[in-house]
Amino acid sequence: MADLEERINESQKLGMQIIKESDDDRLMTLSVGPQHPGSGHFRFVVKVDGDYIVHCDPDPGYVHRGEEKMTEYRNFIQNIPHLERPVIHDSTNITYSYSLAVEELTGIEVPRRGQFIRAIASEINREIYTLYWLAIYGIFLGHSTMFMWPTGDRELFIDLLEALSGARVTHAFNIPGGVRNDIPNGFKDRCLRQIGYFEKRLKEYEDIFYNNPLVRQRTEGVGILTKEDAIRLGVTGSVLRASGVPYDIRKAEPYDVYNEIDFKVQYMKTADSFARAYVPFLDMRESCHILRQLLDKMPESGEVRAKLQSNPRGPPGEAYRRVESGRGALGYYIISDGSPKPYRVKISVGSFRNMLALPHLLVGAKMGDMPVIYWALNYWPVEADR
Amino acid sequence: MATVPGEFRFGNFLASIIWIILIVIVLVTLVILPVIFIVLFYLPLPPVNGEILTPYLFLSEVVDPTRTLPIIKFLIHTTPFKVIVFPGFVFAAIIAAATIFVERKFLAKMQLRVGPLYAGVWGVGEGILQLAADGLKVISKEILIPSGADRPIFWAAPIAFVATAAAVTALIPVAPGWVVSNTNVGLIAVFAILGFFPLIALLFSWASNSKYPFIGGLRALHQMIAFEIPFILSALSVVILAGSLNLTEIALAQHHIWFILFLPISAFVFFISSLAELERVPFDLPEAESEIVAGWLTETSGMIYGLIQLGSYLKVYALAALFVILFLGGWSGPLLFPPQLGPPSINTAPTIEKMLTLQGFYNHLTVNATFWFLLKTVVIIMLMILPRGINPRIRIDILLHTGWYKLIVLAFVNMFVALALVYAGVLGPGGSLSVH
Repeated sequence: MADLEERINESQKLGMQIIKESDDDRLMTLSVGPQHPGSGHFRFVVKVDGDYIVHCDPDPGYVHRGEEKMTEYRNFIQNIPHLERPVIHDSTNITYSYSLAVEELTGIEVPRRGQFIRAIASEINREIYTLYWLAIYGIFLGHSTMFMWPTGDRELFIDLLEALSGARVTHAFNIPGGVRNDIPNGFKDRCLRQIGYFEKRLKEYEDIFYNNPLVRQRTEGVGILTKEDAIRLGVTGSVLRASGVPYDIRKAEPYDVYNEIDFKVQYMKTADSFARAYVPFLDMRESCHILRQLLDKMPESGEVRAKLQSNPRGPPGEAYRRVESGRGALGYYIISDGSPKPYRVKISVGSFRNMLALPHLLVGAKMGDMPVIYWALNYWPVEADR
Repeated sequence: MATVPGEFRFGNFLASIIWIILIVIVLVTLVILPVIFIVLFYLPLPPVNGEILTPYLFLSEVVDPTRTLPIIKFLIHTTPFKVIVFPGFVFAAIIAAATIFVERKFLAKMQLRVGPLYAGVWGVGEGILQLAADGLKVISKEILIPSGADRPIFWAAPIAFVATAAAVTALIPVAPGWVVSNTNVGLIAVFAILGFFPLIALLFSWASNSKYPFIGGLRALHQMIAFEIPFILSALSVVILAGSLNLTEIALAQHHIWFILFLPISAFVFFISSLAELERVPFDLPEAESEIVAGWLTETSGMIYGLIQLGSYLKVYALAALFVILFLGGWSGPLLFPPQLGPPSINTAPTIEKMLTLQGFYNHLTVNATFWFLLKTVVIIMLMILPRGINPRIRIDILLHTGWYKLIVLAFVNMFVALALVYAGVLGPGGSLSVH
């Protein structure tokens, strides 16, 4: 609350009027979304005083599909295809933590080669998601080239995962016990070639977008989320790392083979929209680095999937596992009553946590900063609604 | 309702074509020709070349080029031709249409994609008919008017937008003597007409009765007013050097040296201001998609949208042409075209080339001037398109700061340079480098 008072004082210093009951007819209320091109499947109601936003009220829930309830009617394996629907652009990562939690419940041991292939698929999918996110960030800033380039380069990684799993977007590749199938012949060379190309492209992205003075002018110093606020609001992933907290689940709670991989947690201390836009970019670069190591260290042969009984079940109990997805920590809390179906599944997604920072950042910002702040929060509305 | 295509037979196809030809022949002989004759006999025709135009003469002139050419020549130098066709609306609209196509292809190449591809003619020029297809689509769309909209203004604003843009192009001289309206206050008239655009945007956004268009209209107003002053000031230094407000005379004053060499800062300010005036990236705030949907164009649909797009591309041509006239010497350039088409011959049979030359259609000076003018204009239009590929949109406060603080100061800097050049007797009336 002290923080809110500070913000009010600060904005009064700027000559901004703070919302009062009597001011309601003077302010303009804008309903941004769900048909607004700058909102996604999401709505936030903002009140503007001239060019300044004085009030923001996020209104998620337009694509609530009851994923958590749906899991209770299917067994552990059947749950995979529908669980990746909330974020199809990151479908490997959203089933990754589910598989980990089910494995912990049922006591399945994943073969080592399977663990590596999982991590490879996860990193490739992180690139796919981040490129998609970056494309939308580009067009939100009005930068049409930055919309086209990542969308085009994303195809390379989609092709890689298609070679791996047979599907372009919804792979259903990570399942309890390992991965669905082994990697095809020549996958390693193809992957390395595309990573080499992509690292060159990343330099070009930096030149045209991140080093563009106009992009800097619009994003730097906009929507500052201090380290304390970030921790207090519970944001995760790139948003937290952009606020100066070097926290990555892959490093903090290494799962599968991530403790054998040497990588740095990318973070920035400026805590503004530029940092939040730049950290995913650094993550993409780091993912290329991780992919090279994974391909290098992967065992040449072996099982990729543990032998399961037809309806895997474990003793009654509970499990909570989480992974680092493109948007932050993505956790599954599963309670099992000993039957082949879960008793209760709770999905904890990074998007929803990041969305909570939106009203905090938008109040006091300018109207033109709205898309810059909103999309830099790495928020995927469909995932938040689940 | 399902439509099932009938079975195709080539014989039926041929028969239908023969039927159409027969019907056309019968209609022409029995209906159209008699009507033409009746009309020609009862209407008094104007005398051409001192001859009374009879229907027989008229019909013979239709097929005889030696007789048709004088009529066309007479028409070319009339005011309606100038207004409608050559330096006027059709010419500008063709350049505007070409700009849209070139912009889409050019941006596509920058962004590693192909752009318009399928709407072409037998594989010649991929996507060159895309604009025609878009135009047909736009015409066939329903026009939706929001409830509570101010209907008269809602209908009038797009038409006023195109008309105002066309009025600017009417003041642009393309070659010496080829201008619709050659006034002595041409430059002031251009700025006066450009001043209508924010008003139209605001009226239209107000008439839409919607929140996002209203914000967009206010943004358009702020932006255009903020950039109007540096826009005029940067052109003022050109006026100081040229000593005239007449656009033709300004272009002629740069016959030896283009003003951009003396006034690079003014040219820069003028270019940036015209980008803002045109609402192009990075100054496309009034149409900022991610913030205010489509800005003041949010409620446009169908041909209303098409007209506003046509108007804004006419504006692109007008301002690029204005830049060429003010800073790049207008139509000045080396003489590339021969004085005559074809080999000079005295007593030979009249060829079409010879006739064109003799009848005064082909004036090598005019053709040369038009060529250089078009070349420079296209280069400037390409430069105006380029920022769209590399820049994001800027924020309104940065925009206003740029307009009011930075560009005005820069425009003044070069005005002092211009004044110094005039007082030193280098340029201006009676200057050592100016055209006498």
